[in-house]
Amino acid sequence: MMHFMLLFSRQGKLRLQKWYVAHPDKVKKKITRELITTILARKPKMCSFLEWKELKIVYKRYASLYFCCAIEQNDNELLTLEIIHRYVELLDKYFGSVCELDIIFNFEKAYFILDELLLGGEIQETSKKNVLKAISAQDLLQEEETPQTFFEDHGLG
Amino acid sequence: MNSSSDTGFNPAFNIATIRQVFNEAVEKVRMPTPMRLRDLIRQIRAARTAAEERAVINKECADIRTSFRDEDNVWRCRNIAKLLYIHMLGYPAHFGQLECLKLIASPRFTDKRIGYLGAMLLLDERQDVHLLITNCLKNDLNSCTQFVVGLALCTLGAIASPEMARDLATEVERLMKSPNTYIRKKAALCAYRIVLKVPELMEIFLPATRSMLSEKNHGVLITGVTLITEMCERSIDTLQHFKKVVPNLVRILKNLILAGYSPEHDVSGVSDPFLQVKILRLLKILGKKDPEASETMNDVLAQVATTTETNKNVGNTILYETVLSIMDIKSESGLRVLAINILGRFLLNTDKNIRYVALNTLLKTIHLDMTAVQRHRTTIIECLRQDPDVSIRRRALELSIALINSHNVLTMTKELLAFLETSEPEFKAQCSSSIVLAAEKFAPNTRWHLDTLIKVLVAAGNYVRDDVVSSTIQLVSESGAQHGGYMASKLWVELEKDTSDKQPLIQVSTWTIGEFGDMLLQQSDEHAVTVNEEDILRVYHKLMWSPQNNIITKQYTLNSLMKLSTRIKVNVDKIHEMVASFTTHMHTDLQQRGIEYNQLFNRYDPMREGLLERMPAMESNRTQQSQWNETIENIPSPNDLLVTDVTNTETTSDSNALLVLLEGSNGDTELISNQNPSIMPTMTTDTQDLLDLLGGLDLNNQPMQPLNNLPSEISSTNGLIDTTNHIFDTLSLAEAPIVSTTKVKSPGTVTAYDQNNLLITLLVERDQMNIDSNTVNMTAYNSGTFTINEFLFQAAVPKTFQLQMLPPSSNVIEPGSSLTQLMRVSNVSKSQLRMRIRLSYTANGVSIQDQTEVNNFPTPPDTFGTSTLDLWSENQ
Repeated sequence: MMHFMLLFSRQGKLRLQKWYVAHPDKVKKKITRELITTILARKPKMCSFLEWKELKIVYKRYASLYFCCAIEQNDNELLTLEIIHRYVELLDKYFGSVCELDIIFNFEKAYFILDELLLGGEIQETSKKNVLKAISAQDLLQEEETPQTFFEDHGLG
Repeated sequence: MNSSSDTGFNPAFNIATIRQVFNEAVEKVRMPTPMRLRDLIRQIRAARTAAEERAVINKECADIRTSFRDEDNVWRCRNIAKLLYIHMLGYPAHFGQLECLKLIASPRFTDKRIGYLGAMLLLDERQDVHLLITNCLKNDLNSCTQFVVGLALCTLGAIASPEMARDLATEVERLMKSPNTYIRKKAALCAYRIVLKVPELMEIFLPATRSMLSEKNHGVLITGVTLITEMCERSIDTLQHFKKVVPNLVRILKNLILAGYSPEHDVSGVSDPFLQVKILRLLKILGKKDPEASETMNDVLAQVATTTETNKNVGNTILYETVLSIMDIKSESGLRVLAINILGRFLLNTDKNIRYVALNTLLKTIHLDMTAVQRHRTTIIECLRQDPDVSIRRRALELSIALINSHNVLTMTKELLAFLETSEPEFKAQCSSSIVLAAEKFAPNTRWHLDTLIKVLVAAGNYVRDDVVSSTIQLVSESGAQHGGYMASKLWVELEKDTSDKQPLIQVSTWTIGEFGDMLLQQSDEHAVTVNEEDILRVYHKLMWSPQNNIITKQYTLNSLMKLSTRIKVNVDKIHEMVASFTTHMHTDLQQRGIEYNQLFNRYDPMREGLLERMPAMESNRTQQSQWNETIENIPSPNDLLVTDVTNTETTSDSNALLVLLEGSNGDTELISNQNPSIMPTMTTDTQDLLDLLGGLDLNNQPMQPLNNLPSEISSTNGLIDTTNHIFDTLSLAEAPIVSTTKVKSPGTVTAYDQNNLLITLLVERDQMNIDSNTVNMTAYNSGTFTINEFLFQAAVPKTFQLQMLPPSSNVIEPGSSLTQLMRVSNVSKSQLRMRIRLSYTANGVSIQDQTEVNNFPTPPDTFGTSTLDLWSENQ
């Protein structure tokens, strides 16, 4: 089971955090800081895995963003790389060649997509098509109840 | 809103519109439109300093709080969205928790979507708002919109507490049977999380779980497999229950491999790797320790292992999981070799992640099939030697160390030494210690072992751990003269080079040369080096005064130099000179050594040769350790001893072996302890239980008498002695100087104890006036470097004697000084005096207890020697 997923920039700015195990806010912040520093300090020729406490950390850099997951000892770290890649593909499809700014300004969408891919730290859907279908259907629901002109002002904007 | 312009001129409509516009304008004046999320993000990003950013966020948070307080329903959604962004930047956002719940309760989907997102981010299972959210979730789990149910399930899966899990388990179970696959898969993972939190809820999910495997939808399949895996890991009964799905799983897996290209689930030519991995993992659990289940899955595992495409990460992901399954179940041996070979192939992969995984897995499976892993030794060594990734080299190092056995120790050590020379500093400590351990375990002969140790010391330099220094010295000592000269010359060669970054090497070298210096100087074909005394002293001079060498190294060097003074022939004076130069050294320890050794030259020169003789071969640490432990176990704790009542320890002689040593003609024992003057006067008991008595009088637990109180205590003691022991009344301490003139020294002193730098001698003096009375003068000399504290000396004599102890001169012995204590023994039966003594003291923070027996007192002499007046008064 995945314990958490963090997205952060090369400058060490957190862009997304998804926790599947309960920690007090303080602990989450400490873990985040620690991992961001550790991973940013690693050289590109190093492998994508590191052992950290009783967890395995799997990370991969896509352009300016680092995707970092913590998994348990029994979990398959190579598969976790595939999960990260799948998530990136989904973001890319949804935003149309995604960049860091898309995720900054539409972070809630990034969360929604992740929540259709993983649930409780496990994969729930292996078909890209199904994930995107679910997301666009929900976006549509939102649009229907909020007319576009109205949305601009009243919605999330 | 500015909509009046495009609504035409209908007056009625206009009035309504105007009223609405007016109302909204009033509303806006009352409370301005909150900033939009994207504007806030822009503002924050535009902030140039952290302080600026903080200012923007503080202002926005204040606005959001106000809006929350005003129960503003229109902007709540936007405010929470902003708050979530602020939260991600690390600012506190807990005040949004309840607002999230309000959003969830809203009928609008947008509100729910953001509300649940906020709940997942701001709440976790520790929060006490759970009762509220449980009700919201219950409502939404019954919603007819699948996406609302989906949001609720997703949130439940993320933040379920045990209480929530209990309250909502039945709802989830109902949804697991839903015909809607979107809901079923989410419900299955929710059930998985519930089982994780509250395993006993597993029962209710079992029937619904079983049917999930017959589903075609991959989402339902993979979540079902995940749920079953968790259940099987939680309970053995469930594991047994699901054994029967092995054929189903095998079939699903087979279909995945054999099915043609399906765009929906294809990942670079592999059909749904996510599902394949999950199934392989469940098979591993089901096949573990089960030959029948393993038999059923052997074929498909072999099939996966041989047919999976390996040029992409996906394929290797599946192969990796397959290997793990094969190694865990009761698979055929051929399959196992296949699995290890897959890992061997991984080692050659260009992808560093795959190499890393391979090394890690080999390390885990090495105990299962050592020989199969050994086959890939060269590849592993390759990784160790030249992999650019430091974490891979670390794994390779661990694996290489694990692979060492008696067959390959020579080659592996060679490789590891080569690695040690070139590796990063972080590896050197671990690597050097590992080589030392391996060499100890598998060394074919001592010479090779010694050579290896030297190579480690040279290659790892200052990174060598202390244990390597001590174990090397130990081995040199053990191997004795046979290899000593060889080692000395080998180490000499190294010592002549620049060694400032190899302190451990200097320490070992100087120790060895100190011990075996004479052999080094002897010309021998074997050593092939000619060394003269001047060379040695020149190097030593350099070592001792080089600022790069640390104090410990200099201590070793100085000791070694001192030992050399008896091993060389000509330049002894030069050594004396070098030692003397340390008498003013800045460092106190070196200075003390300098002074002591200098004294040895000046005042005790004849003793020098004997003192500095070659050390006897050291016993191995392990033996010493166990002996020491035994000693500790044998010493009863003071509390145990104190329980024994001194007056109540009659008889029970059979229990005490000590008695045998001490029994006099009538088998009674008299025992005296000294420390506490209030109970110090002669105490005669009938007890035969010496240990109990000693323990009973063990005064470690009683306050020590301060030193400056002693005179008064002594006089009071004397009074007591006078009244209780008439034999000694003429010998009371106050009169001692006079009395002592009549005492004579018996021929010779008895060494009662000489261990741990503590030398105790007993001097028996016959009292001329009373032929039956002896004075035993105990001198305890501290030859160590640490002060001895809390020194307690106790003695027992056979019952035929009477023993009285006077207070000691002190209970602290400084290094190089001594304390004295007088005992008076009356020997009515004129039999041979024997004494059992017990010591306890603290040195260097370690408290030591010991006991011994003194049997070699001189027989009662008929004639008496010289007067001991001087000694006597000195001891006062």
